[in-house]
Amino acid sequence: MSVSVAVLAGGLSLERDVSLRSGRRVAEALASRGHRVTRLDLDDGLVTAVATGDFDVAYLALHGKAGEDGTIQGLLDVLGLAYTGPDAVASALAWDKAVFKGLARREGLATPDWIAVSSDAVRNMGAGQTLDRVVARLGLPLVVKPSQGGAAMGVRVLHAAAELGPALMTGFSYHDHVVVERFVAGTEIAVSILDHEPLPAVEIVPRDGAAYDFAARYTHGATDFYVPARLGDAVLARAQDLALRAYDLAGCRHVARVDMIVDTDGQPWLLELDTCPGMTETSLLPVAANSAGLAFPDLVDRIVRLAVTAHAPV
Amino acid sequence: MPSIELDPNLSRYSQRTRGMKASEIRALFAVATRPEIVSLAGGMPYTAALDYAAVDEVTTGVIRDHGPIALQYGSGQGLPALRERLVEVMAAEGVRATGDDLVVTTGGQQALDLIAKLFCDPGDIVLAEGPSYVGALGAFASYEAEVRHVEMDGEGLLPAALEDQLTRLDAEGRRAKFLYTVPNHQNPGGVSLSLERRHEVLAVAQRHDLLVVEDNPYGLLDFKGETRPALRALDPDRVLYVGTLSKIFSPGIRVGWVAAPESIRDKLVQLKEGADLCQSNLTQFIAERWLGTQPWLRQVDEYRRVYRERCEALLTELSAELPAGCSWTDPTGGFFVWLTLPEGLDSGELLAKAISARVAYVPGRGFFADGNGSRHLRLSFCFPQPDEIREGVRRLAEVLHAEVELVRALYGGREQDRGAAGTPLPLHRER
Repeated sequence: MSVSVAVLAGGLSLERDVSLRSGRRVAEALASRGHRVTRLDLDDGLVTAVATGDFDVAYLALHGKAGEDGTIQGLLDVLGLAYTGPDAVASALAWDKAVFKGLARREGLATPDWIAVSSDAVRNMGAGQTLDRVVARLGLPLVVKPSQGGAAMGVRVLHAAAELGPALMTGFSYHDHVVVERFVAGTEIAVSILDHEPLPAVEIVPRDGAAYDFAARYTHGATDFYVPARLGDAVLARAQDLALRAYDLAGCRHVARVDMIVDTDGQPWLLELDTCPGMTETSLLPVAANSAGLAFPDLVDRIVRLAVTAHAPV
Repeated sequence: MPSIELDPNLSRYSQRTRGMKASEIRALFAVATRPEIVSLAGGMPYTAALDYAAVDEVTTGVIRDHGPIALQYGSGQGLPALRERLVEVMAAEGVRATGDDLVVTTGGQQALDLIAKLFCDPGDIVLAEGPSYVGALGAFASYEAEVRHVEMDGEGLLPAALEDQLTRLDAEGRRAKFLYTVPNHQNPGGVSLSLERRHEVLAVAQRHDLLVVEDNPYGLLDFKGETRPALRALDPDRVLYVGTLSKIFSPGIRVGWVAAPESIRDKLVQLKEGADLCQSNLTQFIAERWLGTQPWLRQVDEYRRVYRERCEALLTELSAELPAGCSWTDPTGGFFVWLTLPEGLDSGELLAKAISARVAYVPGRGFFADGNGSRHLRLSFCFPQPDEIREGVRRLAEVLHAEVELVRALYGGREQDRGAAGTPLPLHRER
């Protein structure tokens, strides 16, 4: 079955660069599987391009705001075009880390304790005076991340209370809300879910003991990956179960990736759910799929077929 | 269990490429190229100001009159007729040289690369202004040279600071391979080395037997039409002079050059041949004909007028819009203004917010090899129209006002707690 696919990549998000890389790779792979592929950027010509393009499906290789927060999903719903990945509501729920962590904790999913800080509270309500309390409750070290956004942009790990102010300022540069999270020491893993089936867990080990930051994510050789993660079967099963519960909690479909830390007791902790996982050469979902015997072109072909089938009139 | 090998060539890469990493800041610039964003970041010359009828005549004439030679290989040193024209360009700034002294390069950037290749072994020391041109720092880093910065102020680099660095190196038993400097309308500072200091810098260089690499892309773009004596004119044997047609004609033709003493020149020719055999003959012929048949100095006047107008638009809007505590340079010419932010603000961390507000700049840290520069940023006024520049400054000002307010609220007046250790000198008086 050959279909006409609009690969959406780019946009004005801060992750434009990563998105373009994902998009380029996805487009080539789909073309190699015989699909007709058109690459589209997110700009004011998008609606016209979609309306006149006679596409069967849109592949969303978008990262960051507008691509992952439900915006484009809602627009494509209105236009009646099938698209890959979770729908608008699932995207919106998972996009904001503070919202999704709150939802997860309410449902009994383990996620490291956190405090959300808003720039409005700092600017207008004196929240700057509460930083000591934040540190007292969560302890050190801490991870500070923008509540919305990906690619580890604006994320800082800090080891001293005095670093919290600067880390908040950095986070606020990316979003008005910042999550200050207890740092869990352990093994960093990602479990991708493909059509409700967990793929093997990928273990992430940045070289030289560095953080899994932007450079570690997108520089070849800066990070070692092990698939499956070097953890016991029981621990891996718990991690896959947690990933699946997170996937269902948001109401995902087709594909998503769940990032976790497994602590030294073997307890997996949910960090976040990514509804539009990276598809670059160093991204985690393709690594996991490959180890499950699904080469990259087969992976994107499968995702496209899921989207087309789900959208077919009953 | 071995880790997954995503790049089969990983073990083959050379040691000197180990430092090449993906960067968040570079990724952010992918957004900055979108038309919705006012970019005060890149230093692209405003080539739309060229006389295209004249360019057409020149390029057509080259193909008509020299086609088979222009499309052939050339010599490693560069087209002799072009080198004679480049001597005239240097003479316009009072630099004496002969065509034989020159090696034509792919822009000034290749000249910097070849110079670094010629002089720098891993760990060698190169001195440069702090801040310095990011492309030069990149070229030096690719040969694993260690850059030590020399402080500068509104009149360019400080001779006393140069003396200090050299004395310190002497004490360590080490020696700087050369001093790299952009004395005119510096990138990124926008300031020029004063006449008095030119003599002082050369006197220090003589005392310590220091070689000087003088990079002069912007010398003819003085807003008042003034020229300053080149270091090369004052001490021809000690100074390698790097020139380029990128800013006074076109960066697209990639014509730069080095003027060097004979022994150095011979080695540069060999390195040039190793790098790319020879400069493009086609663009050398175009450059030669442009300089030989067109009133190119009038074109330089036109560029100067355009950049002066844009610089004024930028400075006026900065004065009107920026929050207290900001200060910036008053350029003598060239493309750039160097901005200092109020205490507690970090230009690198702020870039994401600026890009979300649809304005881009270059954070100051890129102009230092030692992690300095977080309270600074570079604004370029060469490419956007004056109205775009004003809009860009308004967007930047909004971001800065909000940031100042947020920092004040967060630290309650103890902004210095955020700390920016070793902040370099502002290149200008506080406003």
